Amino acid sequence: MLTLDALTKQYHTGDRALKGVSLTVPQGQIMALIGPSGAGKSTLIRCVNRLVEPTSGKVALDGVEITRLSRRGLRQVRRKMGMIFQEFALVERLTVMENVLSGRLGYVGFWRSWFRRFPAGDVAAAFTLLDRVGLTGFEDKRADALSGGQRQRVGIARALLQDPTLLLVDEPTASLDPKTSRQIMRLLRELCRERGLAAIINIHDVALAQMFAERIVGLRAGEIVYDGVPDGLSADVLTRIYGEEDWSQTIRAAEAGEEAEADGEPEHPHGTASIDRERLAGLT
Amino acid sequence: MSVADAGALERARRWRPPPLVADPRLRWGIAVAAVVYLWLALSGVPVNWARVAEGLERGGRFVAAFLHPNFVARFDEIFEGFAESVVMTVVATVLGIAVSVPIALGAARNLAPRPVYLLCRGLIALSRTFQEVIIAILFVAMFGFGPFAGVLTLVFATVGFLAKLLAEDIEDIDPGQAEAIRATGGSWLQLLNYGIQPQVMPRLIGLSLYRLDINFRESAVIGIVGAGGIGSTLNTAFDRYEYDVAAAILLVIILVVMAAEYGSSAIRRLVQ
Amino acid sequence: MPVAIRNGRREWQRRDRAAQLGIWFAWLVGTAVVLACWEVISDRTMWMFVEDAHVQAGDLLRRMVPPRWSYMDKLWRPLWDTLNIATLGTLLAILGGVPLAFLAARNTTPSVLLVRPVALFVIVASRSINSLIWALLLVSVIGPGVLAGILAIAFRSVGFIGKLLYEALEEIDAAPVEAVTATGAGKAQVVAYAMVPQVAPAFAGISVFRWDINIRESTVLGLVGAGGIGLQLEASISQLAWQEASVIFLVILATVLASEWLSARIRHAII
Repeated sequence: MLTLDALTKQYHTGDRALKGVSLTVPQGQIMALIGPSGAGKSTLIRCVNRLVEPTSGKVALDGVEITRLSRRGLRQVRRKMGMIFQEFALVERLTVMENVLSGRLGYVGFWRSWFRRFPAGDVAAAFTLLDRVGLTGFEDKRADALSGGQRQRVGIARALLQDPTLLLVDEPTASLDPKTSRQIMRLLRELCRERGLAAIINIHDVALAQMFAERIVGLRAGEIVYDGVPDGLSADVLTRIYGEEDWSQTIRAAEAGEEAEADGEPEHPHGTASIDRERLAGLT
Repeated sequence: MSVADAGALERARRWRPPPLVADPRLRWGIAVAAVVYLWLALSGVPVNWARVAEGLERGGRFVAAFLHPNFVARFDEIFEGFAESVVMTVVATVLGIAVSVPIALGAARNLAPRPVYLLCRGLIALSRTFQEVIIAILFVAMFGFGPFAGVLTLVFATVGFLAKLLAEDIEDIDPGQAEAIRATGGSWLQLLNYGIQPQVMPRLIGLSLYRLDINFRESAVIGIVGAGGIGSTLNTAFDRYEYDVAAAILLVIILVVMAAEYGSSAIRRLVQ
Repeated sequence: MPVAIRNGRREWQRRDRAAQLGIWFAWLVGTAVVLACWEVISDRTMWMFVEDAHVQAGDLLRRMVPPRWSYMDKLWRPLWDTLNIATLGTLLAILGGVPLAFLAARNTTPSVLLVRPVALFVIVASRSINSLIWALLLVSVIGPGVLAGILAIAFRSVGFIGKLLYEALEEIDAAPVEAVTATGAGKAQVVAYAMVPQVAPAFAGISVFRWDINIRESTVLGLVGAGGIGLQLEASISQLAWQEASVIFLVILATVLASEWLSARIRHAII
């Protein structure tokens, strides 16, 4: 179970990305986090594994208080939180297998990882996961040779190889075409149910969120403005989250349900993540 | 149609390309300053035309010598000099890479804490400021004549080049890939190995090969001040006005550099 | 293949056995070569002097301080010469390097078979030979002085400017070239309208960058008699007047830093 308590984040620039967010995600719950760009969704999930240092407030995973952990303790708790990224964040020049195995880095020592001598059990688990996400036989392909959907499957396998209890998912479909997006979301939901994982999924696409999540949290300007079931997203609520707009199309699209599978070929998005440098600044 | 519209139309018809510098005062100021500088500089160059005329004849002889280079007359000296240059280049480049990589890590803003960053940047700036020959003079004064001082000079110069460019490449990596490795709970060393190294390796190899090439060329120069290599042989050849020998040495340098360039571009294609 | 099936289980290794052995072998050979090279250098080194180096360094440092500041009076003129050598040399190199680049670039050269190889050879020859060696050669041909320095800088920089510019030319976007050609423009017009604007920023950057390098290079040309502050350095060192040498080092340091600052400003203004 993940608990956030009065979490705030203020960047050096003075922007207050989070203004006292409190939230509880029970074991096994798939929660979608929606909200306009700049609402603090990305900051929120990065405060959970402290890729971004929160300014104040508490984060606890299964009773372990994360915000005050030492570096070693932080590394141990990060192993329990698998993260999945918008631009996939695969190490492009490594093979699929090396990328998946990098999910074990928190468990193995440096020299083992340097020589790529991972324990046989880890390798076996990696093979099983690759089979499960539908990438059998891809282990020796280089990550930059894959399509967008395939890359995201590698990203999911990497996160799951960590043997997490929680998935932090940052815009998993923003770089994918509509059909692949649904496949990826469906895969995520199935995997979470199989393994009893909780997940926080940042997502722009309201219809997808309604389709695949059990609970929706709406964030606006660093504050929670909606927390409830997917069906509770009325035009009113969406206006509260995103601002004034004609929401009838969005809601209807969600009601149309899953059978409306859009056609689309997998594409190869190549954009590099324009992620804030500040997050890397914490690498020291 | 109002008067203002007509005026605008009139202006639009008489189009001229916009000037490079928008402010006319600055534009003319730069032009005048350039002319004055050129006049001052050119008038300050003393040219002994008689000596130049005499030199042209010698220049002709040198060009002729280039067409008939003499590899045989001083074969032993040339061979010896080149062997020393090559040996110095290899050792200096390998040592230079070994020293540069840690300094580059320290000089990357996204990896190093501020004090380390400033220290490493300072080292790089120091190495880049002085021309290799000046460093060679100092090292020769400290370590005595010979290739050892030359190797140290080249290592020192390699750091300024390799560490700087590698650090810039590390600062330009895709932060998402590094972030993903951190999110798995990887340690700092694992982050370097998985998140950074794969991204910068092609560049590191390319830069190292390029530096190998530069170090060879530089090794031909620092010999002039006594730091070993082909430079001293070349200096002697010029002193004796043995243009055919000098031409032979220069041709070999050019050939080696050309070969190195073809070789390194082949290797770079291989690692891409 | 890195994936092997052993006892019914899939096993994974980063590389298969042959590739792994190949890599170990390459490391072995590389290490052996470097050690052999080191052996040669070690044999030619008087280790006695090296062990003595810290004493020498301390001695040198003691003799360098305090710098004899009065010597500055004699340095203004050589400093001016140094700046002129770098600037005029760079200007000359631009005059030579730009046409050379157009002759060498595959998409602008008049003849790929005849002109291009010649232009490329001129570029390589110019680049392979350090400006100090050019200076050595020129001093021997036209006599010592600033002129030899200017020409040495120019000869070395022609190849540099030519190479970077022709690479920029070959990398330009082909679409505007096509578009301008489609209007019925002549070859020179295509170059002027579709190519020059694309490489102009690169050209400006390259020129300023080379000027910056040339400032550094021109400080040592005097060592072989080609004018500038290096002449004074040569004189001071041969007289073992280290207090003067240290003044010269500081002047060079200041000049290089100033030129670096200036070129960064100019590059910033251009981009």
